[in-house]
Amino acid sequence: MALLEVKNLQARVEEKDILRGLNLTVNPGEVHAIMGPNGSGKSTLSYVLAGKSDYEVTGGSATLEGEDLLELEPDERAARGLFLAFQYPIEIPGVASMTFLRTAVNAVRKKRGDEELSTPDFLRLVREKAKELNIDQNMLKRPVNVGFSGGEKKRNEILQMAMLEPKMCVLDETDSGLDIDALKIVADGVNRLRAKNRGFLVITHYQRLLDHIVPDVVHVMAKGKIVRTGGPELAHELEAKGYAAYDNAA
Amino acid sequence: MPAVQETVDRVKSIDVDQYKYGFETKIESDRAPKGLDESTVRFISAKKGEPEWMLEWRLEAFRRWKTMSEPNWARVKVNPIDYQDLYYYSAPKTTAGPKSLAEVDPELLKTYAKLGISLHEQEILAGVDPAGRTKVAVDAVFDSVSVVTTFQEELKKAGVIFGSISEAIKNHPELVKKYLGSVVPVTDNFFATLNSAVFSDGSFVYIPKGVRCPMELSTYFRINERNTGQFERTLIIADEGAYVSYLEGCTAPMRDENQLHAAVVELVALEGAEIKYSTVQNWYPGDAQGKGGIYNFVTKRGDCRGNNSKISWTQVETGSAITWKYPSCILRGDNSQGEFYSIAISNGHQQVDSGTKMIHLGKNTSSRIISKGIAAGVSQNTYRGLVSAHRKATNARNFTNCDSLLIGDKCGAHTTPYIEAKNSSAVFEHEATTSKISEDMLFYCRSRGLSGEEAVALVVNGFVKDVLQHLPMEFAVEAQKLIAISLEGSVG
Repeated sequence: MALLEVKNLQARVEEKDILRGLNLTVNPGEVHAIMGPNGSGKSTLSYVLAGKSDYEVTGGSATLEGEDLLELEPDERAARGLFLAFQYPIEIPGVASMTFLRTAVNAVRKKRGDEELSTPDFLRLVREKAKELNIDQNMLKRPVNVGFSGGEKKRNEILQMAMLEPKMCVLDETDSGLDIDALKIVADGVNRLRAKNRGFLVITHYQRLLDHIVPDVVHVMAKGKIVRTGGPELAHELEAKGYAAYDNAA
Repeated sequence: MPAVQETVDRVKSIDVDQYKYGFETKIESDRAPKGLDESTVRFISAKKGEPEWMLEWRLEAFRRWKTMSEPNWARVKVNPIDYQDLYYYSAPKTTAGPKSLAEVDPELLKTYAKLGISLHEQEILAGVDPAGRTKVAVDAVFDSVSVVTTFQEELKKAGVIFGSISEAIKNHPELVKKYLGSVVPVTDNFFATLNSAVFSDGSFVYIPKGVRCPMELSTYFRINERNTGQFERTLIIADEGAYVSYLEGCTAPMRDENQLHAAVVELVALEGAEIKYSTVQNWYPGDAQGKGGIYNFVTKRGDCRGNNSKISWTQVETGSAITWKYPSCILRGDNSQGEFYSIAISNGHQQVDSGTKMIHLGKNTSSRIISKGIAAGVSQNTYRGLVSAHRKATNARNFTNCDSLLIGDKCGAHTTPYIEAKNSSAVFEHEATTSKISEDMLFYCRSRGLSGEEAVALVVNGFVKDVLQHLPMEFAVEAQKLIAISLEGSVG
């Protein structure tokens, strides 16, 4: 069974149609990249999948392991194994990153019917994962994303992803705002999470991220649908030729 | 449906079931006849077997009160109160005054157990872990009367006097005469004057010179009777070099009508003394239509009478239909310090007008105000504060930080600071922010697996963190839970 199956998905924001019949199938273990010009609806797709409330689905379907995603609350989607790494992670003043992580991990575990992690187990796990992502323990004592550099924010997203053990990871322009070193750390973190039973949807404007996270499938999105699908070579073609050909597509 | 609309709908759906302390205890009570005149005052005084001087003090207050009118400057809408339609004294019938635990009506003990207050010393002791968590002595006030005080023996050894004010009037008249009304004068304001005339009980604390009170002291107030006003009077005196930490908690059953609560709290800190006063107020806030709930009109003031003294107020206010309350510090002694840390949460139809006054009179006095107001539902939440420096208050310092957080778009947060500096060396700083819990923040939390309510609780706890850390350890956790409960139903 497909991990993520999106059929003829249509969605609008503030009366404006953004997704206009999008089809996409991600199987377990696959990494898909979605590329496309600005305004093609890439971020909208990620928000609709995660369940942001100001996005209204007007048609089509999206399922995770056969279960209707669109019927679920955002936290239930997270519990079922969907994870969205935000393009612009949100600041939460006064809440230590560590507290946030622990609340999230235990909330998800509870919903999945697992026991909450004990403090020592949790700390051990965080230390291990943080080390892999080159995250300083001190960063975890600071309030969530407050005063974080662009790189710190993105590494924090990947840390959350690693801790929540999702089945389907959606990365929304994770490369934006990263210098090449930070990009490499983040990409390494993602690659470490690649697994037989886990799928990835990597949304990006530029090909450079895909040099580090090599996709199995590359899609081109324009005007709210997938207009072309190919292998990794498609990303290079886009990098060379730009999106001009797709501006009037669809 | 946009989430903001959901928020509003969920707030609308709040009902009384969410007030988990809304049970009534069936106990026969002994009441004064309805209404208020001199005979009511005499009745109360006689019931309590008070000496003549106390009765005179009350009568003077009552005569004064008749000439006064209710204050109307606060940003609250109050249904007219018929002062003749209230009972001014109600005592559980089986309890004439504080007794040992064995004699207390088991129904009362059950009530307190439901509130999560263990009056049994063993139970309290059982809660003490070997790491040496402090013990808590509790004075429980039911309607108008203090019913039991725990740990009295142990406190006595340290020379600490802790019990009901009625007892203190009988047993320590010299202290009561000297200090009662010395911080909040009988004539102070409408509600304080009313309290002075009809107060029925409350707690009394005296910490002798150089004594550090060996445990947290705590009072729990509960209004049970219908149509009964609760007028408690608390007086805390920390003699030279003494230290005490005191916590009060309040609950009431759910009633359709509004119940009046007009308390007076006076704190006196002599030279080098420190008083830390914490409140967790969870009076019944009324139902979804704004019906019922407690009118909480309270006068709380501390006097840093001696040099190098310190008074610190910490409050977590989640209940009451209307809150009108300004715990204040008079910084009379040189180098004295005043602090006010406040979390005021309003939901449903609640109205809060609360803040503090820091009156700098002595030299090198300093004060600090951290206020966090959280408004949800269709509530109104006002911070009102005064910082003033007298002519002689050289080098007075104040730092004020008022933050407001809005949940939904039907509520209001208001900040009304008054600043008066009559001494040119005074340095007063004021910071204020108002923000809204954004849908983005909630969505971010929810996409990490937190439910809507968990998300709000997490964000709000982050917002109030600076204040929570000033609560005694034992109560910080309780307060955190209370915050989550009072915001239940505030998001979709």
